[in-house]
Amino acid sequence: MTTVTTTELWCDRCGESATATAHPACASARELEPPRFCPGCRRRMKVQVLPVGWSAVCVEHGEIRG
Amino acid sequence: MPAILDQARTQVLGDGVGLDQAGILAVLNLPDEHLPAALQLAHDVRMRWCGPEVEVEGIVSLKTGGCPEDCHFCSQSGLFTSPVRSVYLDIPSLVEAAKQTAKTGATEFCIVAAVRGPDARLMKQMREGVAAIRAEVDIQVAASLGMLTQEQVDDLVDMGVHRYNHNLETCKSYFPNVVTTHSWEERWETLRMVRDSGMEVCCGGILGLGETVEQRAEFAAQLAELAPHEVPLNFLNPRPGTPLGDRPVVEGKDALRAIAAFRLAMPRTILRYAGGREITLGDLGTRDGLLGGINAVIVGNYLTTLGRPATADLDLLAELKMPVKALSDTL
Repeated sequence: MTTVTTTELWCDRCGESATATAHPACASARELEPPRFCPGCRRRMKVQVLPVGWSAVCVEHGEIRG
Repeated sequence: MPAILDQARTQVLGDGVGLDQAGILAVLNLPDEHLPAALQLAHDVRMRWCGPEVEVEGIVSLKTGGCPEDCHFCSQSGLFTSPVRSVYLDIPSLVEAAKQTAKTGATEFCIVAAVRGPDARLMKQMREGVAAIRAEVDIQVAASLGMLTQEQVDDLVDMGVHRYNHNLETCKSYFPNVVTTHSWEERWETLRMVRDSGMEVCCGGILGLGETVEQRAEFAAQLAELAPHEVPLNFLNPRPGTPLGDRPVVEGKDALRAIAAFRLAMPRTILRYAGGREITLGDLGTRDGLLGGINAVIVGNYLTTLGRPATADLDLLAELKMPVKALSDTL
C-alpha cells in the first residue's frame, strides 16, 4: 500500500478549500463515502470501492486506502 | 384494523396472492398508527412464503464511471459533473473481492459495470473474471451489465452467471423523468430475454426519485407483473453533481411503508435491502425493515459509496434469529 502524506489543502469530498472554511457536511457524508479529491492537489482521484474497503489514486500523490 | 390489512391477511398471507396496484397504494397511504401492523403482516407473509433465511450478497464495480447514459440519480454517468472518475477493476482484484464477500457468509456476488450495455472487451473480462472466481471461490456469481443482446444473454448463461440484475428503477410513467437516453421498454426487453434464458431475474429500483405515492404503487405492481426472483430496494442517496443531487432523502416511515407494500405485492420474491438504507433508515429502521418483509441484504460497501460493516448486519441477523441462507440452498 502506498500512502502519501500531504498537507490537507482541499476537501477530499467536494474539492473546495479545506483551509478557508470548515466542511462539517462533507465530514459527515464521508463516513459513508470514499474520498474523491486529492487533499494535497485537488485532482480527482481514481477510486475503486470494494466490498470491504476502498482505494483512491492521485496521479501526483499516489494511493490511499481505507 | 384497516380493511386493506384484513384483505391482505386473507389474500396474501393466506393464499399467497399479492395485492394489486390499488391495494399497494392503500398500504402506502396507511397512517402512521397502522404502520406497525402493516410491517408485522409483511413479516408474517415473508416468513410463511419465503421462510426465515436471509440471502446475503456482496457487489463490486468492475467498470466504474464514464457511463454514456443519463440516469439522473447516478454518479457514474459521464454526462454529469459528478467527481466519480472512470476506473476498471483487474481480474485478481475481482477475485479477491469475491473472496472477501464469501468470507461474510454471502452466497451471492454481483459483478456490476456502469455501461449502456457490454461491449466485446467487457464480455471478455466477464468471461475471464467469472471463470477465475468459480475456480477459486465457492459463491454464486450474478451480473449487472446494462442492456443485453440475445447473444450476450446466451454468453452469460454459458459462463455460469446464474442471476442477472437489471433494475427498472421506477415505474413506467415516471421513467422518462429519470432517464432520457433509453426507455423503460428497452429495459423490459432485456429482462424478458434474461427470464427466457433461465437465468434468475433480479429487478428493482430506487425510491425517492421524485415519484408520487401513486407512482410508487404503480412501480410495485409492474414489478409484480414481471415476477422477478429478486427485488433490490434502494432509497435515493442524493449524489453530488447529479440532477437529483439536491433531492431530500425518503422519510423513514415512508420507506418502511414501501417495504411492507412491496412485500404484500410480491409475497414470494427475495426482497433485498440495497443502497441508501443507512441514510434513510439508520440502524433502528434497518431492524424494522428486516422485521417488516425484507429477507435479503447487500453487505459491505456499494459501488461508489460505503455501507455498514458486514459484521453489523450479520450481528443483527443473529440477534433477530434469522439464519443466513446457505450456498447449498441456492444451488
